[in-house]
Amino acid sequence: MTYLLKPKLHHPSLAPNALGYTRRDYEGAISTMCAGCGHDSISAALIQTCYELDMEPHRVAKLSGIGCSSKSPDYFLGNSHGFNTVHGRMPSVLTGANLANRDLLYLGISGDGDSASIGLGQFAHAMRRGVQMVYVVENNGVYGLTKGQFSATADKGSKSKGGVVNEDSAIDLCALALQMGATFVARSFSGDKGQLVPLLKAAFTHGGTAFIDVLSPCVTFNNHAGSTKSYDFVREHNDALNRLDIFFGKDEIVADYAPGSVTDVRQHDGSILRLHKLHDSYTPTDRIHAMRYLEERKALGQIVTGLLYMDATPNTLHDNLNTVEGALGILGDKALCPGQGNLDKINASLR
Amino acid sequence: MSTTIKPLQRTNDFVVKFANVNGSGSASANGLFARAILRMGVPASARNIFPSNIQGLPTWYEVRISGQGWLGRRGGVDLMVAMNPQTWDRDLAEIEPGGYLFYDSTRELPKSRFRDDIFILGIPLTAICNREYTSPRERQLFKNVMYLGALAFLLGIELAVIDQLIADQFASKQKLIDANYKAVRLGYEAARTQVGAPIGLHVERSDAVGDRIFIDGNAAAGLGCVYGGATVCAWYPITPSTSLVESFTDYCKQLRHDPETGRANYAIVQAEDELASIGMVVGAGWNGARAFTATSGPGISLMQEFLGLAYFAEIPSVLFNIQRGGPSTGMPTKTQQSDVLSCAYASHGDTKHVLLFPQDPKESFDFGALSFDLAERLQTPVFVMMDLDIGMNEWLVDPFRWDETRGYDRGKIMTAEMLEAGKDFGRYLDVDGDGIPFRTLPGTHPARGAYFTRGTSRDPYAKYSELGSVYQANMERLLKKFRTAASLVPAPVVHRAQQETNAGILYYGSTSEPMREALSQLEAQNIHLDAMRIRAFPFNDEVYRFIAEHDFVFLVEQNRDAQLKTLLVNEGEIDPSRIVSLLHYDGSTITAKFISREVASRITASNVKPMKKVAS
Repeated sequence: MTYLLKPKLHHPSLAPNALGYTRRDYEGAISTMCAGCGHDSISAALIQTCYELDMEPHRVAKLSGIGCSSKSPDYFLGNSHGFNTVHGRMPSVLTGANLANRDLLYLGISGDGDSASIGLGQFAHAMRRGVQMVYVVENNGVYGLTKGQFSATADKGSKSKGGVVNEDSAIDLCALALQMGATFVARSFSGDKGQLVPLLKAAFTHGGTAFIDVLSPCVTFNNHAGSTKSYDFVREHNDALNRLDIFFGKDEIVADYAPGSVTDVRQHDGSILRLHKLHDSYTPTDRIHAMRYLEERKALGQIVTGLLYMDATPNTLHDNLNTVEGALGILGDKALCPGQGNLDKINASLR
Repeated sequence: MSTTIKPLQRTNDFVVKFANVNGSGSASANGLFARAILRMGVPASARNIFPSNIQGLPTWYEVRISGQGWLGRRGGVDLMVAMNPQTWDRDLAEIEPGGYLFYDSTRELPKSRFRDDIFILGIPLTAICNREYTSPRERQLFKNVMYLGALAFLLGIELAVIDQLIADQFASKQKLIDANYKAVRLGYEAARTQVGAPIGLHVERSDAVGDRIFIDGNAAAGLGCVYGGATVCAWYPITPSTSLVESFTDYCKQLRHDPETGRANYAIVQAEDELASIGMVVGAGWNGARAFTATSGPGISLMQEFLGLAYFAEIPSVLFNIQRGGPSTGMPTKTQQSDVLSCAYASHGDTKHVLLFPQDPKESFDFGALSFDLAERLQTPVFVMMDLDIGMNEWLVDPFRWDETRGYDRGKIMTAEMLEAGKDFGRYLDVDGDGIPFRTLPGTHPARGAYFTRGTSRDPYAKYSELGSVYQANMERLLKKFRTAASLVPAPVVHRAQQETNAGILYYGSTSEPMREALSQLEAQNIHLDAMRIRAFPFNDEVYRFIAEHDFVFLVEQNRDAQLKTLLVNEGEIDPSRIVSLLHYDGSTITAKFISREVASRITASNVKPMKKVAS
């Protein structure tokens, strides 16, 4: 972490985006993470994503649970409302917030302890319901704030800093999200911003339940030999499926790849995801294939990263509930209160 | 039959109890019976006594007919409609001497199975059904309608009234209407031929019902949520609260769709558990929606952690607690007021929550709607403390009214305009001296008013702080806010005794109706008590004054541990010996008989007579 105050004066050449915001407008308070923590890289990727997507900072609501990762929303998007909720229960709070106002963008930040251990139930059900959100798990396989216990994503056979071997099977949140019906599932690595930022952009424009499991090494408690969530291990075993570019209406799509090596997927908002295949056979629109592939590679000890699955026309919770446009929270008496006339009729039917 | 026992002769003042088998379709016929009495202008109340089961176990429906308008449970049975062989013995034992037993006489029973101090009314219902109907389902359903017809003859209920009710119920389904008419008449004729003449219990047309309505508390509270402007409901099924959400859903379907687009002005989500349901309510409340959940004691236990967050982070939320018998799974289909403390002080750390105690379905509607104003004004959880007796039984109550001039109180929300005008925004800053800060809603302003909501301690500007002085100042402000709440919640209702007295009696919730009757019974015994109905926590100062101005007060509760007394003694620093607890907690509905008996026995024991204040 840094102990220096952030300078208030910005470099005059700091480039504004289409809305006139500079990158600084998407930053938050100074991080209190350990120096080198993967979570800070994810925060930086989020800042870059929101800046480059020309998002209005206050139109994002960021919610988290409890833990190191869940503290991080304080460190980006300082002009967004944030909510540090209860351990493992962010998904329900985000769902409620989303029900109240469908017009904001919802960013859920969680950790492996928060989502895979204490909050596995809420994680699974949020994936089922089609809540429109970007759900990021900053996955380091370990409890940092309580000093290094295994979480439920720690791989079987991996070793803690103190030398304890984990005997429990690991929970693969991507596999679970696929099974539960998430409509956008990706895995990435905090050390690979080139992969993570486009994935975040695609997730924000997806329009459904977007889940990204980001391996984010804990430099203090889980970055040693024997760990399967260390920088070295993830780099060595990273099996990247694809590279992603995202194009919007205004962008010129430049075709500079050999035919057959790219796939374009049009999203609901008209944006185009261009996937540069690194594996010939992989089709990220085939959910069953994605589930099988994930298991196969896991058996080989590889960590599959990239866009695993997406449904280009996702159905959302609000679609299912057939709710009105705009925020339910701002509806006034007129829309909500049926008045004495209707009450008279109800009274009459109860006699 | 004994010749010394005379058959009961009562007009518009008796109790009929139906003993049925769960899932046999009896509820519809029994409901028609109660409604027919009401349509004849005679006040009546009805109670379901049922097991935690779907099909096959005993269930009862008890109707008290009271021309005088006493709507609490009376206790005892004057006419038992014994349709369940499983419970025959205990049903028989409940009948008052001189009372009546109505039963299906298709199969002959030995004389030893009856009592000789009651009057037997046997109608061969099954035999008639088997003769008239072919399908087993019809035989079962119309047997119920048939006993309704028989009772009409025996008690003097007008057939035209029953016909009209059937026509109302089945609307345009003429085939069903005709079939039901037929069954009613088969029963009516069978009673005429088998029994010959009406019995001593008689329903006489009256005009004592007025414009009152007949509805259960859960349906009323669900409607109250619609009128109160609730837009988000997250819930998990649990007896006895489930029908509240069903009511909200039904009324929303009728009343809450946009007239142009047909789309919903509400969102209802069945969550995976109570933790998620309260989480969704908290998220929606944080984001500006009027949100609620309905649950019962076990659900409240599961919600504890979130309730602390909502209290400390100051998030409007509404919870309906339809209390049942606890602890643990307890008696899921029986009534109690045993969650007072678990709600008042819900969650770890120092917390206090706003509780409302409606007395009946009418107040469940009123308080249901009001709770959303209070939650947003006070930015805190508000509990509407109903119970199974109010929630799942139909009560005769005054019709619902809505003041058209009343607008929703959305509380202190700082808008984009206010922020733009440079108004200082501190999320936890007490600007008005009432302990209630302003809040902003997410998405309000591009550069101002955003803050980080958390359950950890923070300063008035929502910045994280572990400084003891900052933490303590915030906790004190929360107390101040709670004192403000005392002036906003419904005030107690006082009923003064006809004579000056040194004793009072406190009560709350569903005890209200039996209390009204008990006070009248006690008056007749020359025992005079000033009575106060507590309607909310935090307690209004008037409650403490009432206790102070009497030598002692009774406090009637439907729990074992005198939970409201604990709350009063604790919050008001009252000498516990000044409050005499009268506790009814066997899961059945409390009766006037119980209250007056308990009061009278204690008054006699304490030898306080006459109950007159000594001139000072």
